[in-house]
Amino acid sequence: MTALSNPPNPVAIDTRPANHVSGAAEHADRVEPAVIQVRDLSVYYGQFHAVGGVTFDVPQNKITALIGPSGCGKSTVLRCINRMNDLVPTARVVGEINYHGVNINDPRVDPVGVRRRIGMVFQKPNPFPKSIYDNVAWGAKVNGIRANMDDLVEQCLRRAALWDEVHDKLQQSGLALSGGQQQRLCIARALANNPDVILMDEPCSALDPISTLRIEDLMRELIQDVTIVIVTHNMQQAARVSDQTVFFSLGENRMGQLIEASPTRELFTNPRDSRTEDYITGRFG
Amino acid sequence: MTMRLAYERELAALREGIVTMSSMVDKAIARSMDAFKNQDLPLARSVIEADAKINAIRWKLEDEALTIIATQAPMAGDLRWIAACLHIVTDLERMADHAAGNAKILLETSDEPLLKPLVDIPRMADIAREMLSDAISAFIHYDAEAARAIVRRDDEIDNLYNQVYRELLTFMMSDPRTISRATHLLWASHNVERIGDRTTNICEQVVYVVEGRLEDIEVSDY
Repeated sequence: MTALSNPPNPVAIDTRPANHVSGAAEHADRVEPAVIQVRDLSVYYGQFHAVGGVTFDVPQNKITALIGPSGCGKSTVLRCINRMNDLVPTARVVGEINYHGVNINDPRVDPVGVRRRIGMVFQKPNPFPKSIYDNVAWGAKVNGIRANMDDLVEQCLRRAALWDEVHDKLQQSGLALSGGQQQRLCIARALANNPDVILMDEPCSALDPISTLRIEDLMRELIQDVTIVIVTHNMQQAARVSDQTVFFSLGENRMGQLIEASPTRELFTNPRDSRTEDYITGRFG
Repeated sequence: MTMRLAYERELAALREGIVTMSSMVDKAIARSMDAFKNQDLPLARSVIEADAKINAIRWKLEDEALTIIATQAPMAGDLRWIAACLHIVTDLERMADHAAGNAKILLETSDEPLLKPLVDIPRMADIAREMLSDAISAFIHYDAEAARAIVRRDDEIDNLYNQVYRELLTFMMSDPRTISRATHLLWASHNVERIGDRTTNICEQVVYVVEGRLEDIEVSDY
């Protein structure tokens, strides 16, 4: 993928903790600094206004879940956070996504640099057709990370809770692992680039309940070091695993819009908006 | 448009169960007080027998509520409502226990005449029954304001309880031979006072269901 080449980055991505960044008014009482601030984000696919007016903060070292009915734009918003929509020819993104204070939509920002700091795990496990070892080491090598590769691979596999299961078969193909193991391998691969944020697009939808719970446990472990944004159709998963939940719905002209961003406990017990209540109680959607 | 028909039916069944149970409890309170007033021992026995049925319906409704939680994963307002149901069936069951307790007091003291004609304790019971009826109505209609208003009526019960307490103390001080009968009446009035307190618990659950806030509307001194 050409986007993984490493051109000079005209606007440096500042990875300092964003204590200096003020939060949105509705999150004024939140203590955690925001790693990412989405401000008035709109996404168009050609003439179609897919998502409009989205504003929310992603607090540091927390899990933010994006939920909503199919087609409401939650995956679209997620992909904007590491400029994956750049790869869609008809997509146009308007508005700001401030990452540690830098608007990543600024044309001077290198999208590859963004994706290095903001990794992604997809719905379907997609390990490379390479060995388990190379799956983890390859991205780090390409990105010029100078480290003892054996140590890096072990460390990433341990952080992804996979080491104990694969340490004696590192040269076997990643494709030979079970679905849940493959997804944890993809997480290990993402960790090898030492990301600051990991985006997860329905990472458990192809997994059985046991594998799902392992990934969820892993997510809670990982947020000691990283921030996670997850799109999920499984509301129970959002309720179990996330700290903040953002609810999207379809507005006029089938445009996706943000309805409510609240602490998860609050959203699932006493949502502010009746549309959230209707969705999470299963009365629409 | 409602999309979860089976789920809605289960919620409706639980709602109807609570209304039925509250009606059984109301009947228990009324009958135990009638039995006390008229020294009607068969009626007192029927209150005690009916208490077993109330206990059974409490377990049944609790089981239904837990099954909905386990199988339907209710959220938000529905979750608060079901949590409230679990509290309310417990309070209703305890109210019936207080009514049955008075029936037992009557049976144990049937060889002694009443110390005095009962006036204030039946008044307390009447107010408690009105409060219970209004509290269940507020629960069914999601009416937090009505629930708050009902709680204020508990003061009337508490004032009557104080009055009964002072009066019975006077009896006991003036003639120690009345101590046993006066104490039994004091227990009976305390049971009714507790029924009022349990009703305020139901009102607090109504406020939680509607507003999502757990609050002590009023703390009884007893």
